[in-house]
Amino acid sequence: MSFKYSDEVLKRFRNPVNAGKIENPGGVGVVGNRNCGDVMHLYLKVENNVIKDVKFETLGCAAALAFSDLLCDIAKNKTIEQALKITKDELVKELGGVPAPKLHCSLLAVDALHKAIEDFQKKK
Amino acid sequence: MKKVYLDNAATTQVAKEVVEVMQPYFLEKYGNASCLHSWGQEARDAVEQSRKVIAEKINAEPEEIIFTGGGSESNNLAIKGTAFQLKDKGNHIITSEFEHPAVLNICKALGKKGFEVTYVAIDKNGFVNLEQLKNSITNKTVLVSIMHANNEIGTIQNINEIGNICKENNIVFHTDAVQSFAKVPIDVKKENITLASFSAHKLHGPKGIGALYIKKATKLKKQIDGGHQEFNQRSGTENVPGIIGFAKAVEVITEKNIENITEFRNYLINELLKIKGTALNGSQDNRLCNNVSISFKNVEGESILLSLDDKGVAVTTSSACTSSKLESSHVLKAIGLKSEDAHGTIRFTLSKYTTKEELDYTIESVRGIIKKLRGISPLK
Ligand SMILES: Cc1ncc(COP(=O)(O)O)c(C=O)c1O
Ligand code: FES
Repeated sequence: MSFKYSDEVLKRFRNPVNAGKIENPGGVGVVGNRNCGDVMHLYLKVENNVIKDVKFETLGCAAALAFSDLLCDIAKNKTIEQALKITKDELVKELGGVPAPKLHCSLLAVDALHKAIEDFQKKK
Repeated sequence: MKKVYLDNAATTQVAKEVVEVMQPYFLEKYGNASCLHSWGQEARDAVEQSRKVIAEKINAEPEEIIFTGGGSESNNLAIKGTAFQLKDKGNHIITSEFEHPAVLNICKALGKKGFEVTYVAIDKNGFVNLEQLKNSITNKTVLVSIMHANNEIGTIQNINEIGNICKENNIVFHTDAVQSFAKVPIDVKKENITLASFSAHKLHGPKGIGALYIKKATKLKKQIDGGHQEFNQRSGTENVPGIIGFAKAVEVITEKNIENITEFRNYLINELLKIKGTALNGSQDNRLCNNVSISFKNVEGESILLSLDDKGVAVTTSSACTSSKLESSHVLKAIGLKSEDAHGTIRFTLSKYTTKEELDYTIESVRGIIKKLRGISPLK
């Protein structure tokens, strides 16, 4: 490979702590397109407008997996309004940067969160 | 940690015997092969002896072999050299959709310089469509360039048939034999080959040294101007240690090596295909002895590669030069693989140093990794 991942990306990739599903989730966000390689499902559990738990299932590159895992940590215990303010730049910074071709993977995670919140608000 | 190197299509470990014969040509016999004194003559003799070794391997004459800086350079000289030499005769070149970038990008560049290029399709088993190739020939066609064995999926093309077609139509036939050299027999006379590219580092030789077979009386427009080395076809002081090492690498490969590698390859294919949701890319017959290309459903290739690397196993997602791009491989696309399957493809390439124990460790590792990655994949 002609680029290198940061240690933060590799650590999350190797040992994701938020992988999995939530039974009867309050909202689900599904993004990605198998044609371009990556699919992400994000599951939310919301109580009193606060995200109590977030889990992900991702089929993707190491960066996509790391961003998924990180997003879950960041979104946890935030109110819906706060969670909507999470940006992809914040994720990228938190992981110590990613190679340029992998920047879009962070967008995937943020999109999944927005979709999941949308789903939650529709169901409410 | 265990270390298992299964990326031998990218490059190989240099054989010990090769390093040993090269060493004196750095430390003692360092003469310039163009010089008349004894240092020079010593180097010259060794270069000519090496030329003979390469020539014999493909049933060519020694003066039909020139040494180059590797496979990419050989391809450049063969293709550009022919195209510019024959541009008054015609401007049409035929190649295939799944050539190495070292051929495709040359053709693309020529396409911008007034040449017309036809890219012949590949069937789902990994073979060039010969009917289409034949039908593409026009009275402007001056060159057909089709690789001998593909670097990603290992399929070996029917160069005998392609050579015949070219001979009948009086067209120059070039084949990129970088992956197949010393693994698949080549007879340039019988197969009517005009030009063939080789590279040492794919067969336990050093990097940066290759050769081009140029059939007698074939004229090429020189690509590197300068001195008169290599029959005035390629300027530059000969890389004497590299040339010596290249020839030694060719000499030490045995038929028994190839047989053993083939057996190991088949073992690896069979064991990996026992994992659910897997498929072999390219035909298992007429396949390089060391190539295993497997698509794993619902997993991303890069995640497999990095996880295997954590276990000390080196593999690749597609050819090394393209793995930092996000598009899926043009080779897998050419054989009609869906892009989702292309994204989950891993190439394992063996060498004569690969052991059964290493393969068992790899198979075990792959099983665990696929299970883990599918566990966190939304598609099961
Ligand atoms: C089929 C093929 N052609 C050409 C090359 C380029 O050879 P080299 O690395 O010696 O320039 C390679 C290897 O990368 C190859 O696999
Ligand atoms: S999500 Fe597209 S390459 Fe990582």
